[in-house]
Amino acid sequence: MNAAPEFEPAPGDTVLAARHIVKTYGGTHALKGVNFDIRRGKVTTLFGENGAGKSTLMKILSGVTTPTSGTIELDGQSVTFSSASDARDRGISIIHQELSLAPNLSVRDNIFMGREIRGATGVDFAEEARQTRRLMADLEEDIDPLTLVQDLRLGQQQIVEIARALSVDSRILIMDEPTSALSATEVEVLFRVIRDLTARGVSIVYISHHLEEALQITDHAVVLRDGAITATANARHINLEWIVRNMVGENFDLGSPPTGYAFGEVALSVEDVSVPDASSSERSVVDRLSLAVRSGEIVCIYGLMGAGRTELLECIAGRLQPSGGRILLGGNDISRFGIAERIARGLVLVPEDRQRDGLVQTMSVGANLSLASIGAFVRGMLLSRSQERTLVEASIRDVHVKTAGGSAPIGSLSGGNQQKVVIGKMLTTNPRVMLLDEPSRGIDIGAKAEVFRLLSERAARGLAVVFSTSEVAECLSIAHRIIVMHRGRISAEFGGDATKEEIMAASGEAVVSDHEEHRSHHRDRR
Amino acid sequence: MTDASPDRSRSPRVSADGFSLAKLLLEGRAFFALIAIIIVFSLLSPYYFSVGNFLTMASHVAIFGILAVGMLLVILNGGIDLSVGSTLGFSGVIAGFLMQGVQLTSFGVILYPPVWVVAVLVCVLGALVGLVNGVLIAWLKVPAFVATLGMLYVVRGAALLMTNGLTYNDLGGKPELGNTGFEWLGFNRLLDIPIGVLVMAVIAIIGSIILNRTAFGRWLYASGGNERAAELSGVPVKQVQVSVYMLSGICAAVAGLILSSELTSAGPTAGTSYELTAIAAVVIGGAALTGGRGNIRGTLVGAFVIGFLSDGLVIIGVSAYWQTVFTGAVIVLAVLLNAIQYRRRVKLPSTAGGSPTSPQKDKATTADPALEKTAG
Repeated sequence: MNAAPEFEPAPGDTVLAARHIVKTYGGTHALKGVNFDIRRGKVTTLFGENGAGKSTLMKILSGVTTPTSGTIELDGQSVTFSSASDARDRGISIIHQELSLAPNLSVRDNIFMGREIRGATGVDFAEEARQTRRLMADLEEDIDPLTLVQDLRLGQQQIVEIARALSVDSRILIMDEPTSALSATEVEVLFRVIRDLTARGVSIVYISHHLEEALQITDHAVVLRDGAITATANARHINLEWIVRNMVGENFDLGSPPTGYAFGEVALSVEDVSVPDASSSERSVVDRLSLAVRSGEIVCIYGLMGAGRTELLECIAGRLQPSGGRILLGGNDISRFGIAERIARGLVLVPEDRQRDGLVQTMSVGANLSLASIGAFVRGMLLSRSQERTLVEASIRDVHVKTAGGSAPIGSLSGGNQQKVVIGKMLTTNPRVMLLDEPSRGIDIGAKAEVFRLLSERAARGLAVVFSTSEVAECLSIAHRIIVMHRGRISAEFGGDATKEEIMAASGEAVVSDHEEHRSHHRDRR
Repeated sequence: MTDASPDRSRSPRVSADGFSLAKLLLEGRAFFALIAIIIVFSLLSPYYFSVGNFLTMASHVAIFGILAVGMLLVILNGGIDLSVGSTLGFSGVIAGFLMQGVQLTSFGVILYPPVWVVAVLVCVLGALVGLVNGVLIAWLKVPAFVATLGMLYVVRGAALLMTNGLTYNDLGGKPELGNTGFEWLGFNRLLDIPIGVLVMAVIAIIGSIILNRTAFGRWLYASGGNERAAELSGVPVKQVQVSVYMLSGICAAVAGLILSSELTSAGPTAGTSYELTAIAAVVIGGAALTGGRGNIRGTLVGAFVIGFLSDGLVIIGVSAYWQTVFTGAVIVLAVLLNAIQYRRRVKLPSTAGGSPTSPQKDKATTADPALEKTAG
């Protein structure tokens, strides 16, 4: 694409204009003279890989940091924001990707945290609850205002986060990855809410790793790469390929199923496994599910949030106890073994939430990588440091972790590289079966493609891979077989040549069928 | 090393290069504090700076140092052990009881176990107290604070019950019974160094090896840093947790033996509130109460800071009340500095926002793509 971006100032409908924004940190140029317009009543989407400077730009626009040079014009007036609350007072608010809720408080208390509605006798809880209910109705989410946030699933927590931002009337709303944990239906609802907001003149800045999803809602696309804008365009003129090309500078492909070898024996076999719901004993989140995976095979499990994917994988890995059924690894029943024993026998899990379940933040990259295979470098009673170093260095090379070295703190890595560390940690145990729960969550498209390439390489060498995803595009990449889960059961099974529509229909999220249902209801009433 | 792209590997290197005096002072703060204490008291008192005095003070430190090593293991695991003071007292009482001879009525004999048997039995007892703590915490999910607080009372009560509140005064043993030598721990010196100090050194070295060179040590750091991640990596987190409390109990028992040997008596109230001093030593040594961070070296320095400070205050004649105030102030200061140190490291990935404090911090947040993402 054109290196010098076409830049068309549109004074009338530009509510906020950032001009020649430069942000340097020491010698690093995070932003190199960026011009960015937020259009009144429109959704402006900012695309870019991790590290492109999206967040820096958003932090500047929301007053969290100040630019090294450049100006911000709000309604044509030059402004400087002294703080985030200063920007908020001027009508700019931001939904951070990272949830910032108090899990021990109710939905109502979280939404009004810090700006409680005062009544005659203290906080007017009734009014707060009423407004919360209205927000939840707007978002079509059946959440009682008094539910504790910790009892909500991740997607619902994200809804609460969004509701909190909506409860403040702002003119400009910046949404950084608001949908990372939402189901397709919830995303639809959010998009409807966004359209309502824009119709009322609210301007939205939208950032998402789900490119296709973002494409649906965007009016205007801006692509940022290495601190500079590489392309801007009206949504009418662009497609996925255009975005990806401008983001990464080349054609991108998540890969295809590895071929050229025959699958081996059945490596993992799940027989009639049920997992009880943690909150109610009658319901099962995984309901008598059976599944067999051969070595060398890559199986993708697709499903909405709450379909039971995570529970199934955690049960196979030994984190959750099944209420029935058997799990066989290479023909041996491993149901009664703990996690450590399963790892030793070659069954590993890469968990969904790498911060919470994958990494030890207090340890170095190397100590994280070697954590699951300590036994491999214990000599006598003691750890062999030289052997550990060899193992860590091999692992860093093997999974292409970009790091200053094994002793670097784990927090110094990018999200994609942290994910590679979690995968590398499990791969160093030489597993026969690898389960990955949403391995692409929150990592950029380049890292995603690298992770998938790594998995197909390993599969070609005989590893059985099972990964879950909530992005259809990912099902249609490296998987030989696609399994769709719906309410704890397998609702459909496809080969690698399935279509997106088939998969989405089987997961129960097809919007089309919902509409038909509504229509039939109407007919009935008539 | 790997094909680190210049862009992504920049931030860690930059912070490594930005090594400043302030950072050195912050990270070595306990050590510098110790040196400062030694200098100040040496100037204030001619008696302070002498080998003899240092050895005397070191033998005072030994009791707390041994407790603190055990406490460090527990704190690294993210727990706390409030029962060590009581365990220390109870161990002394049990040692005293065994030294008086165990009367087996049904056989009509009195057993006088030799001193080494007494020592082993007392250590087993300490391990048992730790086992109860560990099982309560790891398997029955009682919060560590509550479980060990309960044991603090139970064990102290047991010690009082055994002696009826009295003290065993005669721990010397009799040559004809073959149980002499108990005072060896508290009074003897090897190469002019008190045995208690040597025991502390040995325990510290063993602890250091366990932490740095064994699988158990790695498991301990991992499960203290993130229990869920450790568990999913195959770390036997529950066993680690139980073991840690047992080791802490053993350390308390050893300290109990040394203390009662030094005093040649075993009172049921010995070691009251020692658990707090041990925790203070660990905290001054830079360990995080949230687990996963800390080391033996720092903890020992922490114990020496407390010991040398309070002994120094005694030597220059400051009242015991003021000593308490000073000790408290040092603890608060230590925690304050811990907070500063760990804020820099821990909070970086999650909250990149905030005010532009140090240029270094801001650099890390943006040069690093990971932080960029999470920071939003």
